[in-house]
Amino acid sequence: MNTLLTALVDWSRLQFALTAMCHWIFVPLTLGLGVMIAIMETIYVRTGNDFWKRTVKFWMRIFGVNFAFGVATGLILEFQFGTNWSNYSWFVGDIFGAPLAIEGILAFFMEATFIAVMFFGWNKVSKKFHLLSTWLVALSVNLSALWILVANAWMQYPAGMYFNPDTARNEMIDFWAVIFSPVAINKFTHTVLSGFTLAAVFVVGVSAWFLLKKREVAFAMKSTKLAAIFGLVSAILLAITGDGSAVQVAQKQPMKLAAMEGLYEGGNGVKISAIGILKPGKQPLDGKDAMLFDISIPKGLSFLAYGDLNAYVAGIDDIIKGDYHYIDRKGEKKQGIPMTERMERGRLAIDALKSYQDAKERSNAAAMQEAKVILEENFDHFGYGYLKNPKEAVPPVPLTFYTFHIMILLGGFFIILLLLSWWWSRGGSLEKRRWFLHLSLWSIALAYIASQCGWIVAEVGRQPWTIQDLLPVSAAVSGVKAGTVQTTFFIFLTMFIVLLIAEVGIMLRQIKKGPESSQ
Amino acid sequence: MIKLLKRVYYFYLEGFKSMTIGKTLWLVIAIKLSIMFFILKPLFFKNELSKFQTPQEKSKHVIEQITQKTEL
Repeated sequence: MNTLLTALVDWSRLQFALTAMCHWIFVPLTLGLGVMIAIMETIYVRTGNDFWKRTVKFWMRIFGVNFAFGVATGLILEFQFGTNWSNYSWFVGDIFGAPLAIEGILAFFMEATFIAVMFFGWNKVSKKFHLLSTWLVALSVNLSALWILVANAWMQYPAGMYFNPDTARNEMIDFWAVIFSPVAINKFTHTVLSGFTLAAVFVVGVSAWFLLKKREVAFAMKSTKLAAIFGLVSAILLAITGDGSAVQVAQKQPMKLAAMEGLYEGGNGVKISAIGILKPGKQPLDGKDAMLFDISIPKGLSFLAYGDLNAYVAGIDDIIKGDYHYIDRKGEKKQGIPMTERMERGRLAIDALKSYQDAKERSNAAAMQEAKVILEENFDHFGYGYLKNPKEAVPPVPLTFYTFHIMILLGGFFIILLLLSWWWSRGGSLEKRRWFLHLSLWSIALAYIASQCGWIVAEVGRQPWTIQDLLPVSAAVSGVKAGTVQTTFFIFLTMFIVLLIAEVGIMLRQIKKGPESSQ
Repeated sequence: MIKLLKRVYYFYLEGFKSMTIGKTLWLVIAIKLSIMFFILKPLFFKNELSKFQTPQEKSKHVIEQITQKTEL
């Protein structure tokens, strides 16, 4: 890539990453807190105990603050699709448009209607209708996430579509293959459960603050107990779906799996690093050791990826050489081919698209047909045609490796934290364990770090692709000026910092007021 | 029907009137949306393909873009 294009791609990616990460600060709490509020209100309706109404109102206020700051920040991502990523937007065609449109309609009608009943409807609608509205808000925020994640999963595993050479757009030919792609199912469950776990840690952490201040003890203990059970179940399911995600990545994005583990040379019965430090300066195919230090579980990666202790797992070098298997976008198991060959076939596909257009302008049907056949035969390698060097197909390994391991370690930590929170809140000894209350409070920040790490693994790990194997970032980017993208990047940075400071400030004020003010 | 619409209208009106923290939150939403739609979108985020009138022109432009990028 030339320098100007590199700068444009880098600034466009940085801007998108900033916006997506800021959006993801607001979203996960809403996903989980909505469900916990609905559970609390169910207890209130069943018992008639006003304590639970007060508790619901407190957490609802926190939900409202987060919802207000988070609402519509995702729209900025859509602005960026049109401006910075116009080739990509056109190329994905209606596949991205359909889920996003459903999300928009759902979010608008369900959330806007029932969130009003949830906040304004106390004493105006029946208890049961209010409860139904609260559950529908919880459901709709999670359903909104479903459609976005379906679209994202398609980028990781583009299934159920046909590339139309006349329009240069992908057309959906199988809606269900897009919605029920195994990558989409895993991505949805894993992401939503991560939101549930984060929200549970948030509730446990805020409750710990009340216990440390010796305020609202009954409220804090009951909130902790409920959040700990909810979070513990979510965190265990999160680990299970994480395993499912790893299986999908192993099959469909073997390069991402190799980057997640810093695995350059694969083999049978491959270990998994529990903790490790990568050797700086390590390059693909240089034959040097990848790890400076690691504590690993023997045969762990083979088992994690394929459920077989002795299964073959390909490393980065093996994938470059073509020594691997993968599941293609039609669901068929394929033998990998050397990266240089994929690059050649990709160039054939791109040239065929160009030839098809030239033939179309000359109204030469025979030449069009000939070009179309070549394009279809090589379309699975289309994106590789843009690469100049096989190493360009390797994602940034250190960032992917470290964020993956931080996410896994924190996931394990949350299971222990929530288990102990539940156990000690059940026995009533939680408020005496001040070290643990401090730990719980600080764990709120860790939950956000883990959540962001998850997204970095998913998105950085699939580089250089916007659409796996079909469109790299260099081809997806628009022909705009890097300087313009740079300017908007700093505008966003300022806007998000102001938003975050305002949100945290308002949220802290509301927390300090406590549930008493919810009467 | 009109009675129902009136009830919905007063439901929202009373809800908004009785808000405390909600008023601040609505202000935040209003400012944020204004910045997004009245400053960012028209000044910085024009759709790159909107300068083309027809889908055919858009296709042609994108095909040119993605087939030429191999030469960079």
